[in-house]
Amino acid sequence: MFGGIDPALLISALMVASVPIILAAIGELVVERAGVLNLGVEGMMIMGAVCGFIVSVQSGSAVLGFVGGALGGAAMALIFGVLTQFLLANQVASGLALTLFGLGLSSLMGQSFVGIRPPATGAVPFGPLADIPFFGRVLFSHDWVVYLSIASVAATWWMLKATRTGLILRAVGESHDAAHALGYKVRRIRMLAILFGGAMAGLGGAYISMVRVPQWTDGITSGAGWIALAIVVFAAWRPWRALVGAYLFGGISVLQLNLQAAGARIPVEYLSMSPYLITILVLVIMSSGKGKAALNAPASLGQNFHASR
Amino acid sequence: MLRLEKRPSPSRFWQGATPVLAVVLTMIAGGLMFAALGKNPFEAIRTIFWDPLFNAQFASYSRPQLLVKAGPLILIAIGLSLGFRAGIWNIGAEGQYIMGALFGAGVGLAFYPADHWFIFPLMVVAGAFGGWIWAMIPAVLKTKFNTNEILVSLLMVYIAQNFLSSMSLGLLRNPEGGGFPGSRNLSQYPAASNPELIAGTGLHWGVIAAFMAVIAAYILLQRHILGFHIKLAGQAPRAARYAGVNPTGLVVLCMGISGALAGLAGLFEVSGPAGQISIDFNVGYGFTAIIVAFLGRLNPIGILLAGLLMALTYIGGELAQFMLGLPAAAIQAFQGMLLFFLLAVDLLSNYRIRFATKKEAL
Repeated sequence: MFGGIDPALLISALMVASVPIILAAIGELVVERAGVLNLGVEGMMIMGAVCGFIVSVQSGSAVLGFVGGALGGAAMALIFGVLTQFLLANQVASGLALTLFGLGLSSLMGQSFVGIRPPATGAVPFGPLADIPFFGRVLFSHDWVVYLSIASVAATWWMLKATRTGLILRAVGESHDAAHALGYKVRRIRMLAILFGGAMAGLGGAYISMVRVPQWTDGITSGAGWIALAIVVFAAWRPWRALVGAYLFGGISVLQLNLQAAGARIPVEYLSMSPYLITILVLVIMSSGKGKAALNAPASLGQNFHASR
Repeated sequence: MLRLEKRPSPSRFWQGATPVLAVVLTMIAGGLMFAALGKNPFEAIRTIFWDPLFNAQFASYSRPQLLVKAGPLILIAIGLSLGFRAGIWNIGAEGQYIMGALFGAGVGLAFYPADHWFIFPLMVVAGAFGGWIWAMIPAVLKTKFNTNEILVSLLMVYIAQNFLSSMSLGLLRNPEGGGFPGSRNLSQYPAASNPELIAGTGLHWGVIAAFMAVIAAYILLQRHILGFHIKLAGQAPRAARYAGVNPTGLVVLCMGISGALAGLAGLFEVSGPAGQISIDFNVGYGFTAIIVAFLGRLNPIGILLAGLLMALTYIGGELAQFMLGLPAAAIQAFQGMLLFFLLAVDLLSNYRIRFATKKEAL
């Protein structure tokens, strides 16, 4: 069954397939570490996808497109931030609103861009390194966003573990009242985290519309944002485990696409639902038993902060 | 400097006034959006909110549509509101709606072309069961394995959608349909159809079910101990546990009711207005119902009104699409905006806004 699939190609394809999920999951991980539950990842991703696509097509530059995608995601996150941090709205409901609004607005904005190809995002030229058998294909044949996604995992891990910024961020997420009493600006820190999360989700969305697909269709993210949210739980709020989770997911989606192309005897629809099924299965395993993911959840997750004095 | 002061209990006045305020604000912001699209905002708002009901030319077609569209929205939103009140977030109603339609239509089509009185009632039961079983998956995973019901119920929507396309291309495909995807048309199969009961009103069994759900939910929440438990679990989970409320039972119950009602909505839709199972017969009622539930302040009577208003935006949106060339997606964005404003102005019912002097702010 796997005879026709080259492992080097499979690994390099899964690295590309998981980029949007890694970016969005790392963004959401930082947001949740700051104690905010933003369920609007899907909405921010799809706005990033459409903004990135439009900017890149209009400007002819893929890099500018990614900047536009990040800004689009951050703009959506700003709405969420104002609602939850300043107007003290329910975080679950606000996140859902973000997703519903984003799906509508993105298809409105993308209407006249259907059927256009965006400018290509080429592979980083590594010269002779790319010709090394196996490793050249796996490690040195990607575009810059793939490396950026891995770098963002490392940077986030280092930031949370070893810097003062990370310590303050975690303090705000564990107990906003204590952080407030120490004089930290809870709202400001959370707003920055939310904006970072939005920019990362937007970047991930832009990668879908500009590299993965690459064209614009309605609902292009097809649940990637929700899977990113699930990956954060899977990762127990730890960056490297988010990378593992995203690669696991990327591997499954690449494998099922290859099986579809190879004409496997399983109907296409059942293969297409497999990534979602696996995500649920992984959530179940992570949430139960000894490795209870919930124990690692930031203590103030999803609670609004209102300084009474 | 503005300062927020938490009210000891939510203001009754603002609880009623905030949905109205949110609608007004959405009309203003939506008008700006329509203007940005190059349409006359006043004409667009009038076409959406006024013409479907009172324009002599369109009202005869549009008015019955109001109930057709509001029925499923209200039915789903009533179920969701019970869970939302208890802090149980079933956001996968769209998937439960699809599964209800598939189960119900499957039963109906299995009898084709027989003619018995019991076929339609059996389909109703199967529809409710389909939605219920789909909602039970996140509910059981939540109670047994402590899995997040928000993520699971949502991911189940994508699975249901794939299942739907598999069914409409395979098992349920019309054998006389010339190979096109989609099932037989149930509205042309009298024993399994859900027709308009009174001509020119749009009233079908789904609408009656929606009204019954509103009444039942009202009684449940106002008069029954279970409704009290639901409210208690949402407002004070610890107090609820001391009072002997079983959290596991509540999750299973709330998810089950919302799933069954969403499944019913799907069944009534597929056997009536939609007519057949096809790849994209679902149009997002399951997600819009979330907005309806919040717009109605999770209150049965409020949901009834909110469902009618939301149905109006669907019909008015179609009309605006036809008359003004307003893109369909604009209405979707408009509905999303409504939820934003609703959440934003909700602040007024829970907090007092005061102008603080500098000394106080410290």
